[in-house]
Amino acid sequence: MKAKIGILTIVAIVLIAIFMSIDASGNWDYVLPRRLKKILAIVLTGAIIAFSTLVFQTITNNRILTPSIIGLDSLYMFIQTFVIFIFGSTHMTLMNKNVNFLISAGLMVLFAGLLYKWLFKREGQNIYFLLLIGLIFGTLFNSLSTFMQVLIDPNEFQVVQDKMFASFNNVNTDLLVISFVLVIAVAVYFWRYMKYLDVLALGRDQAINLGVPYDFVVKRFLIIIAILVSIATALVGPITFLGLLVVNLAHQVMKTYQHKYLIVGSVLISIVSLVGGLLIVERVFTFSTTLSVIVNFIGGVYFIYLLLKENKSW
Amino acid sequence: MKKRYLVVALILLSIVSLFIGVKDISPLELFDLTEEKTQVMWIARVPRLISIIIAGVSMSIVGLIMQQLTRNKFVSPTTAGTEDSVRFGILVALMLFPNASPLLKLLVAFVFALLGTFVFMKILDKIKYKDSVFIPLVGLMFGNIIGSITTFFAYKYDLIQNMSAWLHGDFSTVLRGNYELLYVSIPLVIIAYLFANKFTIAGMGEEFAINLGLNYKQVVNIGLFIVALVTSVVILTIGTIPFLGLIIPNIVTLYLGDNLKKSLAHTALLGAVFVLCCDILGRLIIFPYEISIGLMVGVVGSGIFIFLLMRRKAYDR
Repeated sequence: MKAKIGILTIVAIVLIAIFMSIDASGNWDYVLPRRLKKILAIVLTGAIIAFSTLVFQTITNNRILTPSIIGLDSLYMFIQTFVIFIFGSTHMTLMNKNVNFLISAGLMVLFAGLLYKWLFKREGQNIYFLLLIGLIFGTLFNSLSTFMQVLIDPNEFQVVQDKMFASFNNVNTDLLVISFVLVIAVAVYFWRYMKYLDVLALGRDQAINLGVPYDFVVKRFLIIIAILVSIATALVGPITFLGLLVVNLAHQVMKTYQHKYLIVGSVLISIVSLVGGLLIVERVFTFSTTLSVIVNFIGGVYFIYLLLKENKSW
Repeated sequence: MKKRYLVVALILLSIVSLFIGVKDISPLELFDLTEEKTQVMWIARVPRLISIIIAGVSMSIVGLIMQQLTRNKFVSPTTAGTEDSVRFGILVALMLFPNASPLLKLLVAFVFALLGTFVFMKILDKIKYKDSVFIPLVGLMFGNIIGSITTFFAYKYDLIQNMSAWLHGDFSTVLRGNYELLYVSIPLVIIAYLFANKFTIAGMGEEFAINLGLNYKQVVNIGLFIVALVTSVVILTIGTIPFLGLIIPNIVTLYLGDNLKKSLAHTALLGAVFVLCCDILGRLIIFPYEISIGLMVGVVGSGIFIFLLMRRKAYDR
């Protein structure tokens, strides 16, 4: 187990080193700080997405769900489209990135919080029920943003379209600092509950039998996931299927049920695939398409394969 | 709700629908219309009304069939990946044959819809954990995935805004000459009616149906064929109308139960009335502009759907 993690770490470091140094041609002063910022954004979002998907799949006991299913991605797109629809794209570019980040992340956390609060008020709600309600809200937000997207000017639409796909370029340094602080705070909070994950993986009834305060812990985890996903989405944009892809790969590579290994493994795989994917996009396709479109494509195809092939996991 | 109330409502709303619009036409002058007004009537208003009714009727019936066949109240073209497959099919048709005739586009979209729905049924077979809420979740995820593949190609060919504009449900573009494809769904609705009893039996489960002497596979295939073709036709001519196939059959089964033959007529009527209502509202709220049917049904439909879910929960306990 440790050997596998060691190998993954080495691969990640090598890829990062290649990414930092490729085609630098001596302009280190210019290249390094810019790439460092990009790499930090990638590592942060990759880790967040892998981690939150893993926890989400454990508490839902299901390998085919991702946290974005509760409608956060759609809400993010709705907020962005709405701002451009009302104020126009010039405003969007003028608008302070920090403000946009704080508004988007804040609204997403608020939405998730209200959703949870409303649903958990009644005792004993099925968690799938929560997800389905979230999904319906997602469809609602989608209809609203499509309606606006149809109406706006094609030039303005280009700006919306850029927002549809995650981008690691031009991530603001201030935002990176804020996000890192927030993520570390969440991680500290999470630490106390980490021990429950292995037991939760056994299923609701088993976990309750073994003395886990199920509802209490699951609520905490759901809140943590909502905060993390909001941060990642507001920082770079939606990448729906990355988590699905890397967590399933992690399960296959690590072949364990111990979450301390799974978490590290999936985070590393996520970083490796993002950095590797970015290298391929920038060097092989030379930017003709965006990374998140490719990730979603590969993730989607892999997922259909999973659904049709591997029926024993669920 | 009696059937005759629905019929009366449908007739009244249809008349209202004919006389709403930027061009002011009052019912009183119906028998001496000017040349211009006659044209507005026959080129825009009447086709619009016909397409609303056909779309409302056929999408609701399709939803009902799917729910019977999968024995799950939350399955419909929206929650089974059918709509996303149709969109993918249309994109493929556009990429391969840029000058395709509508019929060719329909054919490609139909093949994709059929494939997508079959894959979904296959997935259903494999799911062991048949929680009724879990199945639509899988279906929606499946739809998202097909959507992501569509996005991959649409992005490459810079078709994203075009795709979303064409496929957003909207009756305002319906004019004489571009909606006639919708007539394809009329014979399909009739077939659905003829097969209603068989669908009901198929809904009781494979083993039971075979015991009763039903050719289960064939009936299911006919059902899926109707579902895929109707969905393709409606999306190609009107666009996506989310949740329609989900809420109408659910409301009808609330008071009529699961006998398809009995509930089909109600479902069809209620579907038409519902779409007509939403369309009239959408035309009045920001008159003289209009809110597209996709958005209207999306908002109203998701509200009703959440209500239905909550209600189901209340009964469970």
